[in-house]
Amino acid sequence: MQYAPSVRIIEMPCSGTIDHRVLLQTFEDGADGVFVAGCMEGDCHFLKGNFRAKKRVRQVKAILDEIGFGGDRLDFFNLSAAQGQRFAEIVKTMTDRVMELGPNPLKLKNAKKEGGAA
Amino acid sequence: MIIAQQKPVKDIAAMISECKKVLLVGCAGCVTVCLSGGEKETEVLASSLRIMRKMEDKPLETVTYTATRQCDPEYVAMIDNYTKDVDAIISLACGVGVQYLAERFTDKWVVPALDTKFIGGSTVHGNWEEKCGLCGECILHRTGGICPIIRCSKSILNGPCGGSQYGKCEVSKDVDCAWQLIYDRMKALGKLDKLMEFHPPKDWSKSRDGGPRKAIREDVMID
Repeated sequence: MQYAPSVRIIEMPCSGTIDHRVLLQTFEDGADGVFVAGCMEGDCHFLKGNFRAKKRVRQVKAILDEIGFGGDRLDFFNLSAAQGQRFAEIVKTMTDRVMELGPNPLKLKNAKKEGGAA
Repeated sequence: MIIAQQKPVKDIAAMISECKKVLLVGCAGCVTVCLSGGEKETEVLASSLRIMRKMEDKPLETVTYTATRQCDPEYVAMIDNYTKDVDAIISLACGVGVQYLAERFTDKWVVPALDTKFIGGSTVHGNWEEKCGLCGECILHRTGGICPIIRCSKSILNGPCGGSQYGKCEVSKDVDCAWQLIYDRMKALGKLDKLMEFHPPKDWSKSRDGGPRKAIREDVMID
């Protein structure tokens, strides 16, 4: 099982703790794409955490679309801890999508400002 | 509580397009409860504006602060230190808060981030309904606790109009006829006779008539 080395995993106690601000901050900090992996539907230890996470991701996607950044860089997947192979597949899906979309536009602006390659 | 909803981010961004640094002021009162202008919404809006402006190559610096209430001078005064070097203040309060900020910070460009909608409450999480018409003289004791001023589309005070069909208002099938609700409730309470009582015409001078209203209570004033 292999997946792209460009992925950074941030562990949360429950996907339901995901906050709009955290997701927006990741993009402000330069992430090209973010996906939230919540437990399988019906498997949430706190009953609704994964559903809430999914809803919040949908709201942040709408905000990103509204401001012209593009909500495609963010997504939500249901995934159990035993599905390593599925995790690798999702990483590939998101990596391919991000490759197609290109780098985070905010990062490009930073690079320009610092005199680096845009 | 006052129910408000956030304006589109693009509209807010257009109001501060010339600014380099802005202060976003949330309100921990009604708009926090109706999830439109609390601490979280303030920070989400700040982040959205920063991302938007960075993409336009016109970076925006933001400062955020959430006031306990924006409709009391003592809490507005606590914002003073945050306003010194900002080009504009974005208020995430109802229209009252925006005006309090504009009155205190006379040299600042103060803009509203929310549209103030109505006075109401929630039915379920995420669903709010208008319940009070702010008429200035409550008559709910005569109408079974259901307000005909705001819940009847015509604000009729003497029973349903001809547009009431099967308990619904002619305005929309999603709107209950307030007078049907009033009748049903009074009947259930065994107080239908109350609806037969005569009352003088409502004194609308206590409502919006006569310009902006004031409520003065000398007993609670501090000298």
